[in-house]
Amino acid sequence: MATAATAHHDEHPYGIMRWLCTTNHKDIGTLYLWFAFIMFFVGGAMAMVIRAELFQPGLQVVDPHFFNQMTTLHALVMIFGAVMPAFVGLANWQIPMMIGAPDMALPRLNNWSFWLLPFAATLLLGGLFAPGGGPAAGWTIYPPLSVQGGMGTDFTILAIHTLGISSVLGALNIIATILNMRAPGLTLMKMPLFVWTWLITAYLLLAVMPVLAGVVTMLLTDRHFGTHFFDPAGGGDPVLFQHVFWFFGHPEVYILILPAFGVISQILPTFSRKPLFGYDSMVYATGSIAFLSFVVWAHHMFTVGLPTAGELFFMYMTMLIAVPTGVKVFNWVSTMWRGSMTFETPMLFAIGFVFLFTIGGLSGLMLAIVPADFQYHDTYFVVAHFHYVLFSGSIMAIMGAVYYWLPKWTGNMYNEAQGKWHFWLTAIFFNITFFPQHFLGLAGMPRRIPDYALQFTEFNVWSSIGAFGLGLTQLLFLYIVVRTIRGGKKATDRVWEGAHGLEWTLPSPPPYHTFATPPKVD
Amino acid sequence: MSSHGSYYLPDPSPYPVITSAGLFSLALGFVLWINEVALGSWLMLLGAAIIIVMMFRWFGTVVSESEAGTYDKQVDFSFRWSMAWFIFSEIMFFGAFFGALFYIRMFAVPWLGDTELLWPGFEADWPTAGPEGPIALQPHEVPGPGQFTPMAAWGIPALNTLILLSSGVTITFAHWGLLKDNRGQLITFQFLTIVLGILFLVLQVEEYVHAYTELDLTLKAGVYGATFFMLTGFHGLHVTMGTIMLIVILVRCMKGHFTPQRHFGFEAVAWYWHFVDVVWLLLFVFVYWFL
Repeated sequence: MATAATAHHDEHPYGIMRWLCTTNHKDIGTLYLWFAFIMFFVGGAMAMVIRAELFQPGLQVVDPHFFNQMTTLHALVMIFGAVMPAFVGLANWQIPMMIGAPDMALPRLNNWSFWLLPFAATLLLGGLFAPGGGPAAGWTIYPPLSVQGGMGTDFTILAIHTLGISSVLGALNIIATILNMRAPGLTLMKMPLFVWTWLITAYLLLAVMPVLAGVVTMLLTDRHFGTHFFDPAGGGDPVLFQHVFWFFGHPEVYILILPAFGVISQILPTFSRKPLFGYDSMVYATGSIAFLSFVVWAHHMFTVGLPTAGELFFMYMTMLIAVPTGVKVFNWVSTMWRGSMTFETPMLFAIGFVFLFTIGGLSGLMLAIVPADFQYHDTYFVVAHFHYVLFSGSIMAIMGAVYYWLPKWTGNMYNEAQGKWHFWLTAIFFNITFFPQHFLGLAGMPRRIPDYALQFTEFNVWSSIGAFGLGLTQLLFLYIVVRTIRGGKKATDRVWEGAHGLEWTLPSPPPYHTFATPPKVD
Repeated sequence: MSSHGSYYLPDPSPYPVITSAGLFSLALGFVLWINEVALGSWLMLLGAAIIIVMMFRWFGTVVSESEAGTYDKQVDFSFRWSMAWFIFSEIMFFGAFFGALFYIRMFAVPWLGDTELLWPGFEADWPTAGPEGPIALQPHEVPGPGQFTPMAAWGIPALNTLILLSSGVTITFAHWGLLKDNRGQLITFQFLTIVLGILFLVLQVEEYVHAYTELDLTLKAGVYGATFFMLTGFHGLHVTMGTIMLIVILVRCMKGHFTPQRHFGFEAVAWYWHFVDVVWLLLFVFVYWFL
């Protein structure tokens, strides 16, 4: 077999068949990342529609029903199409290289979990062309509104099922890889933090994606098969949907952020030229956040009419999350403390993350306070909060990760000046877009409504201008990435002076198959 | 296959993407079918056919790779971890429906009974089909229109509990047979397990027919009917899949597959079978027994 192997080395089909049939973690990682990038622009285009409509009061660009479809699909596309696949793409590229494994544990399954995604996206977006249009009840698809919607809601439900299968398979694969494929000597407490955060994220995915599948199945049978899960006339309760949905939904937001924590914990030590401060406490903090994520779900439902004991329990549990999150922010800042810092693009994104994500975390704490939440609920304050944690949190971490690892993947350095332009434009336009939304929310502007009262106009104009700038800036990102893939200054194997870890011992770009024989870690 | 250490890395494969296309056809067909678009059922059939063919091919490949000895101990561990975590995700799927049942019984229905605003006079007793649903008959009452009879625990359900528990014992005997390399014991008890599985399913169908034709207990019978049929229905679906898996393993045993040392395929199916067994016990207690 060994002789045949030399002849076979690096051999794969060419053209489209390479990508359709691949079992290689690097190919599959690339597919995931490109898919996420495309979905990022699709979801972004929807955000542009939303901001165009909200540029001034009154109804001018789209009709309200289409506006509702845009808010619904923007969220679904960004969460399930952009952020989650981007992180799985990073996991595919990086985890085997970071733990010294020859590939993912189950390569064919890996291919399957990717190729479910384009089909799921087709179902999700296909709903737009169905009679009655796409889903319009918000991404949370609360009944009774979602029971009344048209065929687009059914497309969404089946798309969610398909996405769920993909996530569960991907998570199985990642867990099996991390638990079973580490190089000899690489004990759990020596793993890079990106790998740790993904291990815990994969566990969360396995725990909650099936719950989402269950609740949308109940929604489907309520819509078409005459069940009464969410209909009080038959003894059901629409609030039941919210409970089960958010039992999925809250761990889901940590699924979207934990790998970002991992990325930041890789980038900061590299450019501070110091080891990560408080490695052990980072691991325990990640575990604590994951555990707490299962007992905070009703903080999304404070205004629905919960018993007081329930409100208090979920408020205290939610505020408790600030403790492990605070540990993390403290450790990141301490990692930079007295480091020999340089500010290449990945580092800028990482520092931007720490700063802006913390703002989002603090507005989350405000939302956790029940009496305050009665005021903030369903206003633009909530929209501002979750864009600070999801855009300047997850997405800026993904961008930082791309700049950090792209030279390794392609063997070429990106253009540093362009990268810095991309960061600063993104950070500035992001804040112009979303900071005013805090004020809008506190002043009472409701979310998910295509029109607003006149006094909200000025902040909305700011927000829309910022959004258009933010959208355009991402074309620069696309340009930088494509240019780097095509050529550029050759990257060294270590790429960054302060980089440590197994992936940096490989050539840039790494050969098609790496770590055929596991490296020894001491 | 190329050499990448001893860990087996499969060559590029067309099965996953074709399976995805099959699943897409099934899902799209399903959406069209429930919305009464004519093409729907054909697309569903096409999708199901693609998936079945692909399952034969894909599992067939894995079985022959396994029999050829391509998988080392580390690959075996990857399979073990992923099967265990897959069952964990299945538990969480049932958890969503059990959670719904507990929430309905402990909170939603009592609250409906407490408020006099919407449906004054509604008595919050379980089982219920809600204030506007059919009324649940007490035992020994004569059924009439606008009523339904809850499923009694001590008939078919109790018998089915006995059957599934016994099948857990027989599959263990089969496993012992495999460990002792006693093919006769292995095949006999594997066969018995399948018989018990099929018996369970037949009785379950019998119970559903009884519910629909004589008890007026349907999926539409309010929240009791919904939770009853969704929980038992998804469980029945899992027993069906488990039985098919048991049959595949039986055929493999008869072909001489597996050794006392290496038989992960057998164990995975046994784990799965115990899982559906445990889910049934919870169903028996919370869906049938404690009314």
